[in-house]
Amino acid sequence: MKSRRTTHNTVQNVKPPRWVNWLMERITAPHLREELQGDMEELFHRRVSRYGTNKARFMYAWDFLLLVHPRLWRPEPEPTFKPRYTKYSDVSKPLSFHPVMIRNYLKLAFRNLIKYKGYSAINIAGLAVGMAVTMLIGIWIQDEVSANKHHKNYETLYQVKFNQTFDGQRGTQDAIPFPLGDELKAKYPDFKAVAMYQRSEGNRSLIVGDQKFLKNGIYIGQDAIDMFSLTVLNGDKNPLKEPYSIVLTDETARTLFGNQDPIGKIVRIDNSVDLKVTAVVAKQPANATLQFDYLLPWQLQEARYDWVRNKAKTDWRNNDWGVFAQLKEGIDPAQTNAKIKDVILTHLAANDPTSRNQVKPEIFLHPMAKWRLYSEFTEGKNTGGFIKYVRLFGIFGLFILVIACINFMNLSTARSEKRAKEVGVRKAVGSGREQLIGQFLSESILIAGMALVIAVVIVLAALPFFNTLTEKAMTIEFGNPLLWGGTLAFTLFTGLLAGSYPALYLSSFSPVKILKGTFQAGKGATLPRKILVVVQFAFSISLMIGTIIIYQQLEHGKNRPLGFTKAGLISVNSSKSLLDHYDALRDELMATGAVSSICKTNAPPTQWWSSNSGWKWKGANPADESVIFTTIATSYDYTKTMGIKLKEGRDFSREFATDSAGVILNEAAVKRMGLKHPVGERMRWANRDWTIVGVVPDIVVEWSPYRAVAPMTIIFAKDWVNFIDLRINPAMSPSAAIDKIRPIFDKYNPGFPFDYQFADVEYAKKFRYEELVGNLSAVVCLLAIFISCLGLFGLASFIAEQRTKEIGVRKVLGASIANLWGLLSKDFVQLVMIACLIASPIAWYTMNQWLESYTYKITIHIGVFVGVLAIALLITLLTVSYQAIKAALLNPVKTLRSE
Amino acid sequence: MKGAQLGEFEELVLLTIALLYDNAYSVAVMEELSNRLERPMSLGAVHRTMQRLEEKELVQSRFGESTAERGGRRKRLFTVTAAGEQALQEARKIRNDLWADIPNAAFGGSLA
Repeated sequence: MKSRRTTHNTVQNVKPPRWVNWLMERITAPHLREELQGDMEELFHRRVSRYGTNKARFMYAWDFLLLVHPRLWRPEPEPTFKPRYTKYSDVSKPLSFHPVMIRNYLKLAFRNLIKYKGYSAINIAGLAVGMAVTMLIGIWIQDEVSANKHHKNYETLYQVKFNQTFDGQRGTQDAIPFPLGDELKAKYPDFKAVAMYQRSEGNRSLIVGDQKFLKNGIYIGQDAIDMFSLTVLNGDKNPLKEPYSIVLTDETARTLFGNQDPIGKIVRIDNSVDLKVTAVVAKQPANATLQFDYLLPWQLQEARYDWVRNKAKTDWRNNDWGVFAQLKEGIDPAQTNAKIKDVILTHLAANDPTSRNQVKPEIFLHPMAKWRLYSEFTEGKNTGGFIKYVRLFGIFGLFILVIACINFMNLSTARSEKRAKEVGVRKAVGSGREQLIGQFLSESILIAGMALVIAVVIVLAALPFFNTLTEKAMTIEFGNPLLWGGTLAFTLFTGLLAGSYPALYLSSFSPVKILKGTFQAGKGATLPRKILVVVQFAFSISLMIGTIIIYQQLEHGKNRPLGFTKAGLISVNSSKSLLDHYDALRDELMATGAVSSICKTNAPPTQWWSSNSGWKWKGANPADESVIFTTIATSYDYTKTMGIKLKEGRDFSREFATDSAGVILNEAAVKRMGLKHPVGERMRWANRDWTIVGVVPDIVVEWSPYRAVAPMTIIFAKDWVNFIDLRINPAMSPSAAIDKIRPIFDKYNPGFPFDYQFADVEYAKKFRYEELVGNLSAVVCLLAIFISCLGLFGLASFIAEQRTKEIGVRKVLGASIANLWGLLSKDFVQLVMIACLIASPIAWYTMNQWLESYTYKITIHIGVFVGVLAIALLITLLTVSYQAIKAALLNPVKTLRSE
Repeated sequence: MKGAQLGEFEELVLLTIALLYDNAYSVAVMEELSNRLERPMSLGAVHRTMQRLEEKELVQSRFGESTAERGGRRKRLFTVTAAGEQALQEARKIRNDLWADIPNAAFGGSLA
């Protein structure tokens, strides 16, 4: 009985799930729909009586899922005209993304492009510039991120670094003691290979026959060839095993020997040792960390230098060398770190159980993957590094792209009124929403495609400049499928992103309203468009604020008072023969009149190469022994040559024989030591007594001009020197002076080319990164403003066009041109002001964070924000005024004639 | 010609259409087949096969009556065409020939 009643109910009441029917009506081809739905429903009713309602409903849906098949939505196959159905709604629609339709869309898009030339030009130009910048930044980031990845052992290579605590601060360095390399290799099976290295201190002279060259090279252990997977192009596969050998890069080999085979040839270095070329290796790519013109065998140091052979090999206190290590496959570096942590401490403690332990030396492995972008350490912790610039520019790139896409959206929606009729007619003749979306998306993708072509041209043209700007040698690898795939995906993405909003928005218009003439596109679109303009300008304005602050900080560093005069100061990397003849050299140089003062030092004027702790003085507590003093070793006339004005006391003088145990402090040292009357006080260091003879101001020789100046000792040590500093006679031009100086150096230094550096040039080099960031962000910022203004210009022209009739009426009623100009500009000015209000705090916060990493820094001034607002408003007014005045000048007779 | 080949399921459906003669539409074919093969069958598969058969011109279709059970929709009734009959005969002949030619030993002599 029950089942009978159910059957009865079925026909009457129970209905299959509505959503399935809804879906079915959308996806099935019309010529199949009737029979399919009939079949489904018949089955459903049978099942209701057989299995009950719930199961039937479930099976109904399940059946539908199984029905999903291309055959179902494919339109009727045969072309013969044989109408099976007559109902209007059953006429089959063309598919939105059928190739034929896409061809049609592209044709329409192309016609629209031609029709609105100005609009298209603005759109394409804006997008092209945006895409070009993003692509350039992408290439740059790619270059940074892929640095060192060409090494086969990228995953397992490490540099051994080393933390020590001095004066309460934990510092990280990569200079380690000489015996560490052998110890790691001998005692720890975790390591597959270990290579000690010594960076060259400046250039060395290479002599082949009677030709002299200055080239940069490294002493390095023989394991390095395999560790760094250096490609041996020619010669011995293990070329560093004999101490008197040299490995050249292909580039160096060409410079030295031209097209001759260099293997077995002799190269004389430093005019003192003859080395045999054992191999030629490929030059490292420009973004590799390990850079060299040639390699020297590690053992050559022992062969050349007595002090290395006799002392350094067992000295655990002198940190002067570096070590690269390769772990065996599958070894966890954290475990190795734990094992090797105390190696140095153990050896120091064995020699000197008391004083040295407080620096708590701790070694650890720094993986190659982090060498490039994560090389900064604070308090012994890896805190990032160059990655901050990579992130910064990644954000810049995104900003630019977003700004360019916003332009596109705004211009497309602003134009909606113009195209509303087109949309209306299209809808009326049967075009569905999908077709319209398809058309708009095709249009934007076409524009993005054209922009891409232009962007690629821009990138190709700009790459050489960009390379100069970033000091890189980046190229576009046209053979790389990844590049093409990436670029196409990127274009498609840009096109979709830029086209999404107009596509959805324009296609939603109701045809009835449009065609009746009651439609007003402006109203609904105004708010989102305003928001987009605000967002866009907020981006541009933050970039502008950022650029100005970066620029100010850069200038602040450049103009920092150095405490010495860098102009007219040169330093010469000296050799044994120069130092042997120093007195004669000095007399002859002074006699030329080109040099006003001369001295010897252990480092070039804008750097320090040595630092020491363990100084003792009256009133110092034991912990003060770990205070690090930058140490400059010098001869007579140091302050005179450097142009330093002494604060107290005097320079080292030939008149005082005791000055060989004299020391000059800087003000930071005096302050740190807490001395009231420093001159005449005594200090103790290296088992000797030193007398303070003078105090100099805090001269800036730090590696970063933004750091605070550390305490410094300047000691008289005439044998501990590598450089000769000269102050050029200010009455003479530097080039004339060099011409006079050069022959004298050549005379006393026959084995070396005359190699000199101007202190002001060297100092300027310290601003490399800031300069890079400053230049890049200035370029990005200018482009961002350009693109934003392009958008604003287009937008203003459309709004002016939209309001021509209103303007006409106002003019007839007596409005002045100034009134009309104000009317049209007011909106944009408001938007830019709001953008400025939003951008300022964000930019302030971000730039404050950025400045945090500098000790010597500017404070952000409110004037920057006011200035940027003024500039932004000015640019906006200039951009908008052209259109506003043009509209205001129109003759109302013409604009109102049709009414 | 595309219609020369008959898939196994197509053959079954075609046979069923012939069997049901004047009442061959998808639901009926499906139920008949699932009864005989004793396995559930999806409407989609049957439907698609019948469409394919029609494209191959092995069956032809016309609209039948509409019923309340179908929500007032008509059913599409199929009949086997001459080409369809020929294809079936062909298939049958091939099978018969194959059966006839199987050597006795192949199935352990159980086939006399």
